[in-house]
Amino acid sequence: MIRDNDDSANLAGRALEACVRGEPLRIHGGGSKTFYSGTGEGRALSTLAHTGIVHYEPTELVLTARSGTPLAAIEAVLAESGQMLGFEPPHFGSGATWGGTVACGLSGPRRPWGGGVRDAVLGCRIVNGRGEVLSFGGQVMKNVAGFDVSRLMAGALGTLGLLLEISVKVLPRPECETTLCFDCSSVEAQERMIRWGGVGLPLTGMAWDGRLHLRLAGPAQAVLAAARRVGGDRPVAPEALWNGLREQTHHFFSGEGDLWRLSLPPAVDIGSLSGDWLIDWGGAQRWLRTAVSGPDAVFAAARAAGGHARLFRGANSTATRCAPLAPALAALHRRVKAAFDPVGILNRGLCQEAS
Amino acid sequence: MSAPEDLRPFECDALSAYTVLPWIAVLPETVEQVRAVLRLCHSQKVPVVARGAGTGLSGGALPVAEGVLLSLAKFNRILEVDPANRLARVQPGVRNLAISEAAAPFGLYYAPDPSSQVACTIGGNVAENSGGVHCLKYGLTVHNVLQVTLLTIEGELLTLGSLGLDSPGYDLLAVINGSEGLLGVIVEVVVKLLPAPETARTLLAAFDSIEAAGKAVAGVIGAGLLPAGLEMMDKLTLRATEEFVHAGYPVDAAAVVLCEMDGMAEQVEAEIAQARAVLAAHGALEVRESRDEAERRKFWAGRKAAFPAVGRIAPDYYCIDGTIPRKRLAEVLGRIGELSEQFGLAVGNVFHAGDGNLHPLILYDASHPGELERAEALGEEILTLCVEVGGTVTGEHGVGIEKLNPMCVQFGAPELRQFHSLKAVFDAGGLLNPGKAVPTLARCAEFGRVHVHGGRLRCPELERF
Repeated sequence: MIRDNDDSANLAGRALEACVRGEPLRIHGGGSKTFYSGTGEGRALSTLAHTGIVHYEPTELVLTARSGTPLAAIEAVLAESGQMLGFEPPHFGSGATWGGTVACGLSGPRRPWGGGVRDAVLGCRIVNGRGEVLSFGGQVMKNVAGFDVSRLMAGALGTLGLLLEISVKVLPRPECETTLCFDCSSVEAQERMIRWGGVGLPLTGMAWDGRLHLRLAGPAQAVLAAARRVGGDRPVAPEALWNGLREQTHHFFSGEGDLWRLSLPPAVDIGSLSGDWLIDWGGAQRWLRTAVSGPDAVFAAARAAGGHARLFRGANSTATRCAPLAPALAALHRRVKAAFDPVGILNRGLCQEAS
Repeated sequence: MSAPEDLRPFECDALSAYTVLPWIAVLPETVEQVRAVLRLCHSQKVPVVARGAGTGLSGGALPVAEGVLLSLAKFNRILEVDPANRLARVQPGVRNLAISEAAAPFGLYYAPDPSSQVACTIGGNVAENSGGVHCLKYGLTVHNVLQVTLLTIEGELLTLGSLGLDSPGYDLLAVINGSEGLLGVIVEVVVKLLPAPETARTLLAAFDSIEAAGKAVAGVIGAGLLPAGLEMMDKLTLRATEEFVHAGYPVDAAAVVLCEMDGMAEQVEAEIAQARAVLAAHGALEVRESRDEAERRKFWAGRKAAFPAVGRIAPDYYCIDGTIPRKRLAEVLGRIGELSEQFGLAVGNVFHAGDGNLHPLILYDASHPGELERAEALGEEILTLCVEVGGTVTGEHGVGIEKLNPMCVQFGAPELRQFHSLKAVFDAGGLLNPGKAVPTLARCAEFGRVHVHGGRLRCPELERF
């Protein structure tokens, strides 16, 4: 049972007060992704009392919830109606909230086929750095009225606005799901990912961790037909595999060294970096665990390949997490931040690119 | 170009009720030339309106009299199709359909398909965040663009997004999509390509009431199906299109629903059977299934030709573009019928039922004094209704100059101020496409003075005029 409690007035009041005083606020939910976002500066402001599903209409494929609502509770409500979040978000702990999920913008193995967090976002209510409560977007699939501020909030780590409510598009849960495995090298896996990714199979996952794993989902006949086409073995515990990739409980993530996330065009070869590799998102997300390759080498290799890299979990907490943006883009980020939060009270310093 | 006869072709976009001759029109061929034009305009404080094919329906590319019309027609090259990474790098003046044609030899295509896709350009699609029939399943332009390179009004070249599925920092790529040319001039776009579906089949279901058809649409979604297209036409549109294209539509029906499934053959077979059962269970008078590709195209021919078909039965029509929650469909269409009688103007309805995007076509005769103004007033009433039921004033055509007043209904002063401050981040002088997309607070105050809704005055902090 989700507690229905609207704490908007309190949250907006606290933001207004902070704006007037010029005192930074450290917005937080359950703290499950602090390792990723950083902790920020200032007085703590919790969204945990701001809970409840404001609107959910299964035939509209739309759900609106307050930011402090537990992510697990939202997923449970959707499951009761045979629906789900298409971006398969990681929880990284039992405290994961709806606001933190959107603010961090992280997506699971389904992302290339189900879209990312920003792709699902339809609308939001926020408190900006002036303490104003603002509504953007809405609860309909198509809406091009005004600038798309709602999607801008996804992944902004609460630095542009304190999220009050977020509306997203949800998806029907597929009737059937199956996973197939193949013993192959990373090079061969990538070749197969490119081939299978281009022919319209009902895919919802393609990852390589020493073996290639394919997840197929849809109507039972289609999944069986697709499985017959590609062949492969059936693993014993497929759910554990995909959950492990999503939540990083897979054994790959528990090794020594820095964990880097590289977001890349799926077909590029990035073998020049030393370390252990795990490939997800059909090649578009690569994880590198390394004690050898330093930040400069990782940033440069990702950039040369047309993508970017970020230190996801670092052995050294003071290490540079992101490559600096080009000067013009960095200046633009700072101006965007100032447009929403002129005094700089919201999660100061969390979005390194805007700092 | 500066001679009036040379400027005439640029005087309007597809919203031809509004025309303005620009001061001059320029057709640059290189990024450096665009940069030079923008730098000059910036230094001289001259407004700039960028233009693709000019197929926009909301006056978004309407010139300003004292400004430069910057045509990107010569930026029409497909620079790269990369089948392994499933992307295409194109110039902004490339037509939407040309991308799919270039990708077809690799078994790939570009999903967003605005009705004008044979003519409209990808730069304009990004500027308007264009949609189409495929949106419910495959998303809008914003979901299918990986990277945009643009020039700011100061001539700074910026690349937003990446060739991967995300990029560091704020999602400014999302902000550029649908920004209606107010933030920068797009000079290159990288789009995502999808595998072409192995097969597609379409159901055509006839209903004896709009309400039953609306409930059937909700039923299809509620059953866990995600059609590639889910469209509806009312009786007026149905009859007009049948007379025009002879698609064999059941013209006695009050509404027709078109439901298309695509994907692997086995998937389509299963989903079509399920959709057919749902439509029948919701009282469809008949459900036809396309037996082959020719028949599937025939089913769609009427829908695709609905606008010109309605154009044949009235001297002029005015196309509205609002989105509503699907469950309010029957109620909204009923209210549109009442408004149609009240204003004395017929309204035909053809729309993307799957995502609630309505396109009421208001029939009028511009040669009758005052009829255009009455059509516009009826249009504003319909858009206000869309907002009242939880929807929006534009689903895919953009605000342009057409929906500035309805924007005042949808957004309050704080949101509009936030929009203006975001605009200023990119273009502090307000030189890019001025007067479009985001109304000034003064305009809303004036609009609010004559449209007091529920006794509440909009923008009460502003002095009245």
